[in-house]
Amino acid sequence: MREITLIEATREALAAAMARDKTIFVVGEGIGPRGGNFNTTTGLYDLYGPERLRDMPISERGFVGMCAGAAMTGSRPIVDFMFVDFILDAMGELINQAAKIQYMSSGRLKMPLILRGCIGIGHSAATHHSGSYFPHFVNIPGFRVVVPTTPYDAKGLFATALVSDDPVIFLEHKSILFHKGAVPEEEYTIPFGQARVARAGQHCTVVAVGAMVGKTLQACERLALAGIEVEVIDPRTLNPLDIQTVLASVHKTGRLLIVDETFQPCGIGAEIAAQVVEQGFDDLDAPVCRLNGAYAPTPYSPTLEAAVVPNVEEIVRAVETLMAA
Amino acid sequence: MSAQQTTDPAPGQIDRSAALECYRVMLTIRRTEEQLARSHQQGLIHGACHTYVGQEAIAAGVCAHLRPDDAVFSTHRGHGHALAKGMPPHELIAELFGRATGCSRGRGGSMHLFAPEIGMMGTSGIVGPCILQATGAGYSFQLLKTDRVGVAFFGDGAVNNGAFHEGLNLASICRLPVLFVCENNQYATEISFAYAAGNPQVGMRGSAYGMPGVTLDGNDVVAVYQAAGEAVARARAGGGPTLLECRTYRTRAHAEGMRDVGYRTQEEVERWKAQDPIARCRSYLLQKQAVAVDALEQIEADVQTTVTEAERFARNSPWPEAATACQHVYSEPAQPASH
Ligand SMILES: Cc1ncc(C[n+]2csc(CCOP(=O)(O)OP(=O)(O)O)c2C)c(N)n1
Ligand SMILES: [Mg+2]
Repeated sequence: MREITLIEATREALAAAMARDKTIFVVGEGIGPRGGNFNTTTGLYDLYGPERLRDMPISERGFVGMCAGAAMTGSRPIVDFMFVDFILDAMGELINQAAKIQYMSSGRLKMPLILRGCIGIGHSAATHHSGSYFPHFVNIPGFRVVVPTTPYDAKGLFATALVSDDPVIFLEHKSILFHKGAVPEEEYTIPFGQARVARAGQHCTVVAVGAMVGKTLQACERLALAGIEVEVIDPRTLNPLDIQTVLASVHKTGRLLIVDETFQPCGIGAEIAAQVVEQGFDDLDAPVCRLNGAYAPTPYSPTLEAAVVPNVEEIVRAVETLMAA
Repeated sequence: MSAQQTTDPAPGQIDRSAALECYRVMLTIRRTEEQLARSHQQGLIHGACHTYVGQEAIAAGVCAHLRPDDAVFSTHRGHGHALAKGMPPHELIAELFGRATGCSRGRGGSMHLFAPEIGMMGTSGIVGPCILQATGAGYSFQLLKTDRVGVAFFGDGAVNNGAFHEGLNLASICRLPVLFVCENNQYATEISFAYAAGNPQVGMRGSAYGMPGVTLDGNDVVAVYQAAGEAVARARAGGGPTLLECRTYRTRAHAEGMRDVGYRTQEEVERWKAQDPIARCRSYLLQKQAVAVDALEQIEADVQTTVTEAERFARNSPWPEAATACQHVYSEPAQPASH
């Protein structure tokens, strides 16, 4: 099968949906003729023009609130943030408005709104271009939160977002945007709420999120040499969260580690750990462990930046410690 | 209705039947809210209740030009907008009573009124977002090639908020079919607009965003009707957004049960009460439209009957089922895409 990048994969899903559904439009800074800072919309402006690929002034709160209003009145807006850190300027419009409108209207209004942007630590982007923020959104009833890690998943999950009537936060880790993988040319969807077992193993379960999936798979190669077979689970969507796949794995392995580069307190690891303890306590042979990025803003210098994000070595050690417990 | 027309007004000017309809709408708002104030004292309203008393001409004069498929977004003081957009009083009263028959099924109360069936797309407990959402409705309507319009109603308090700046600029650069209706009642809670605004001329701000901005007497329904008519016609024809500043005054406290002293004088309140928009509309109908007094008395009696029945309906309505408290957080599961 041909191989394309994660960004190309989401662009294919977007192009196919825009061809079919005339109510879809994209807003963002530089998503028109420029095709997006990360090439998210390359070529689409020539096909669909400025009404459907609308360049925006630097007005994040304004265009997010505008798109919430548009989503309530018959169109399907996509906000392309470039870096998702900029979403913070629009949190009131998202949390107080977009997330609540379906509920407050007792389901009579829909909110088919996609908010996409790149997340994550890397390339010395420093603290205003390195955030992930998914724990914040998972905490709010009303949002769907998607964190794809392969081009195949990205295309199928974005296709699902494009027909969803809920507000979807679609977060693409900047370190994997240009990773290539096998992707079918035809359209397909991947439902929200189905985790992917990225590697099978029987000794220990690791749930990894975003760019941590790739690092964990690298760690697994080294651990396998020592005879430790790790099962790696990529949740793919954090809301809905497929806890059943995690519980089934823990039932088999008895051990669970969650690897996540975002902050530990009240994070997705805390949530997964709590649910596994509540529902799978008897399956556990050791305490649930978490490995997170440091609890600090993200620094710039390569040595400092590397120090705040979990690396392969730390994942190996965390698994070894868990196996010894 | 048109058979009653005796005058042949210039385009945009109000005719007799439209003026009578505005009178009926304004009176419906007033009588409904007087009922709400009584119900609040009786403890039938469980949360906030911000009345629109004194400002009715604005909702009535603007909504007279709107169709059910035009989209209205409003703010914490939204009873009048909902009623003028066509919500029956019993759905509003039942909502404030927290009943299952309320317009938001008891989920919202005074500040969260939803009736998308009639284009009442929601009021908000947060000052500002309605401006952006109306802009977004304008975006949809332009994209979908319709002649529908989006309307935002908001107070003077909202014009110092970033949503005003961002929303007006976005509507202007995209030339969207939107009306921005500022109800300048001169206070945000107890903070006077003269204090809070570096430039207290809201209408003039239109030019800052490249759109027409009009300042008018918001207690004169004839003036509101005419200005809104021009703005709606311009929006439907692709001429872009308009900012209307309607100067008005709320003659009751910021919210029912709140103290209403210390920040404004009784003289000021009395001066504005003498400019009551409903009394002014009544004299206009009698003097300028030659309406007979018994025609007005008939409207007044009909409105009172409607409101009395609406209150009874609300009081006798069932509570929402507790088991429904978590419904509609998400849409129903989407059907698998067929392609
Ligand atoms: C963003 C935000 N900040 C504060 C409040 C609290 N608040 C509710 S109403 C109000 C005053 C609003 O004044 P204005 O916009 O002039 O409307 P009015 O009440 O005069 O109709 C305030 C400050 C709020 N609802 N939203
Ligand atoms: Mg005010």
